[in-house]
Amino acid sequence: MKYKSQKVAYWFFALSMLLLVLQIVYGFIMGFARIGMDGLHEFIPFNTARAVHTNLLVVWLLSGFMGAAYYIIPEEAQKELVSVKLAYVQLISLALVGVTAIIGYHFNWWEGRKFLEIPRQLDYLVVVNVLLFLGLIIATLYKGKRKTTTALVLTMGLLFAALLYIPGMIPFDSQVSDSFFRWWVVHLWVEGVWELIMGGILSFLLIKLTGVDREVIEKWLYVIVGLTFLSGILGTGHHYYYIGVNKIWLIVGGIFSALEPLAFLAMALFAVNMYRKGEKKHPNKIALFWTLGSAIVSFIGAGLLGFAHTLPQTNLYTHGTLVTAMHGHLAFWGAYAMIVLAIISYALPNLTGRKLYDGARGRAAFWTSNIGMIGMTVAFGVAGVVQVYLERKLKMDFMEVQNEISIHFVVLIICASLFTAGIVLYIVDFIKYGRPTDEALEIKE
Amino acid sequence: MLSKKQARAFFLGGTLVTFLIFIGLTIYSFSKDQDQTNYGAITEQVVRGKDLWEANNCMGCHTILGEGAYYAPELTKVLDRRGPGYVKAVLMSPIPWEPNGRKMVAYNFSEDEAADLIAFFDWIDDIDLNGFETVVSPLAKDKKK
Repeated sequence: MKYKSQKVAYWFFALSMLLLVLQIVYGFIMGFARIGMDGLHEFIPFNTARAVHTNLLVVWLLSGFMGAAYYIIPEEAQKELVSVKLAYVQLISLALVGVTAIIGYHFNWWEGRKFLEIPRQLDYLVVVNVLLFLGLIIATLYKGKRKTTTALVLTMGLLFAALLYIPGMIPFDSQVSDSFFRWWVVHLWVEGVWELIMGGILSFLLIKLTGVDREVIEKWLYVIVGLTFLSGILGTGHHYYYIGVNKIWLIVGGIFSALEPLAFLAMALFAVNMYRKGEKKHPNKIALFWTLGSAIVSFIGAGLLGFAHTLPQTNLYTHGTLVTAMHGHLAFWGAYAMIVLAIISYALPNLTGRKLYDGARGRAAFWTSNIGMIGMTVAFGVAGVVQVYLERKLKMDFMEVQNEISIHFVVLIICASLFTAGIVLYIVDFIKYGRPTDEALEIKE
Repeated sequence: MLSKKQARAFFLGGTLVTFLIFIGLTIYSFSKDQDQTNYGAITEQVVRGKDLWEANNCMGCHTILGEGAYYAPELTKVLDRRGPGYVKAVLMSPIPWEPNGRKMVAYNFSEDEAADLIAFFDWIDDIDLNGFETVVSPLAKDKKK
């Protein structure tokens, strides 16, 4: 740690970990409901569990991204954060808005719009919160000694993410328009600007961990985010095939979303090559595992599994089935969850001054959670393919099919337990690191 | 070899061009003569139905236009498959509807609310979904034959 104010990152990471645990709990509630064990139905029906599960994901990832920015920006800009006090205000208000939304979901206070369930009233608070965050980051960057590409890409990602939240707040009478502009938020976040954030964090980690020249890494960062936007913006069209808009999206969405894996492939090749090229052997192997793991798993989850159902000819049958859940789980895990876990693994020893990165627990956490998540993805995939075949080819009734595929959810729960064990190990390490301290300033990274 | 400046130009240029095309296509898709949704048929009742749909997060279990949570049936063309009488009974049920053991929240909607939601489904059913309607619609119809 080079700057005192970086310590604020720790508390964003801690909030992330807490919300991740809650997210997993609600995942289990849904998993069990799918095999008929829905004892909580009266208090937490499936739609509540689902909204909580996906929104917690968004909030813990955002909290992780914000923590990453509070850690990275001072170091890149070579300047203390402009106001630590306001950063804590922002942290607390983020937690309050998030928790209020989650509690509201249990009392039918929401907007039933997939992934954007937060009620409009709270949306405004989200906007204020994010503006405060951006203000702090941009002011620090502006007053800083240097403006690196890594910092600019990361900040640009965060800024665009905030701007793109706005189309989701416009009210529409038509379900089709509603859906169309909802994807401006959701798709352009996860297959667009969030990749800038991921790219920025990845680039920072690679510079630190491999010792490869910044100029080289940042040049490729531009190429990767260039590929991301080139394919991702028009790739939004793959959500527009079958929701009631013009057929032109079948062609545009088909072609450009088929190119989306290229950006992820480039990211994976880039990370692995930089690692090979690097002469510096940073002792924090766990952070390196998560960093390279994120680049590789995101290519599989977001790139390959996305491609598996992105062509209109395939999507005609897979649209609105569990095949989407298969892709969604590994994509979010690889691209965003793992990069947040990577930056946490890198930052913790520097924030706390404790170098616990050699332990077996860290490695076990990495492998157990990854194997668990891959198992879950396979379970969702098999269930999804069977659902497509029985329901849409053989035209069986929805619930008959659901009963046929319930066995795959038993497998899902087993794999999810393994995944959870990995996350628990990660969190045990997180706790063992203890609190951040100013004494860590003197320790060489 | 590619320089950093060229890489930046590729990023900025590519982003700008694709974004402009994206905006253009969006405007084109929403132009009046490209409308596939029968936009003019959206009555106040349909909007009330949509509001109820959102206020109760129906998408948190069901799917509509293929979007939602895959826990409960697709509701595009539901009137085709089940008929309005069945749908109304489900919506107005005071106890959890439980087909094949999977529970739905008992919404206990009023007659008017049920009618609003049915109007909403009815509007959805007439949207041209580029072929998706044939994948979700003939399920029950074929069976009857």
